[in-house]
Amino acid sequence: MLAHAIFFYTFSFIAIVSAIMVTVSKNTVHSVFFLILDFISISCLFIMIGAEFLGMIMLIVYVGAVAVLFLFVVMMLNVAQQKNQWFSAQESSKHIPIGLIVSVIIFFELIIVIGGWKYKPDLVSAMSLTIDKNITNTHSIGYVLYTDYIHVFQLSGMILLVAMIGAIVLTFRQRSGVKRQSYFSQISRERSDGVELIDVENNKGVKSDD
Amino acid sequence: MISIGLGHYLTLAAIIFTIGIVGLFLNRKNIIVILMSIELILLAVNINLVSFSIFLNDISGQIFTLFILTVAAAEAAIGLAIIVVYYRNSSTIDVEKIDSLKG
Repeated sequence: MLAHAIFFYTFSFIAIVSAIMVTVSKNTVHSVFFLILDFISISCLFIMIGAEFLGMIMLIVYVGAVAVLFLFVVMMLNVAQQKNQWFSAQESSKHIPIGLIVSVIIFFELIIVIGGWKYKPDLVSAMSLTIDKNITNTHSIGYVLYTDYIHVFQLSGMILLVAMIGAIVLTFRQRSGVKRQSYFSQISRERSDGVELIDVENNKGVKSDD
Repeated sequence: MISIGLGHYLTLAAIIFTIGIVGLFLNRKNIIVILMSIELILLAVNINLVSFSIFLNDISGQIFTLFILTVAAAEAAIGLAIIVVYYRNSSTIDVEKIDSLKG
């Protein structure tokens, strides 16, 4: 129990500090690095409380794909040199008090909800998808994901397809003045387009510009 | 303090959620950091769902977390594509200078 507490406090401290550093960091590349650290410590927490599959998926999807995508875009757009002026832009100073007040109110609302929260007495017995302790976490997710939630699963695949098509369509750019192959005219070329048979008369020859 | 319960995880999620909200409200410079704050908020929601799923012994929360992960990945891809297109058209992604809607 003590080891669990020590690991929890360590990982959550790292997660909170790196989350703060994501928002206050001057350099955008450093923000992405702290975002990666945040995801890794949260996935360690997931693995620790028994959601191993989600912890690993978190590493693969967030660290392997999303954070690297952020890093690519940051490096491509050359915003790393721009100074991230935290609390110092003159025109935006009127936003800061209101934003802080709203954030603090949201935080205390969340804390109040957590503090006053109780189980409904018949809730636990009413649930149907209880976790079987004898099979692994991946097994139990797979049993439910491909049976009870199959339509939502297909729908999420459709969301990914639409996102892929949308990203390609948004960033696709038709360049003008680029010479490229015309497959249709190459394939539809007939023999009569390229070859002409001429009867050559005796002692006259053929003029080349005919 | 020693025995870690559901409340600890929910408090952690609340703190990370609030940090994401603060980054969303107070960032006035770079729009990519705003997208990262949205990722932090989704991460906090994921922590909530997974900890409820574990402590209530119900697998549904982890399934929902998978779907939130999907939506977050799609949202990041589309958002970054929009940022790239905007940067190509106007050569800046400063929050202060994106004011063509005059909001």
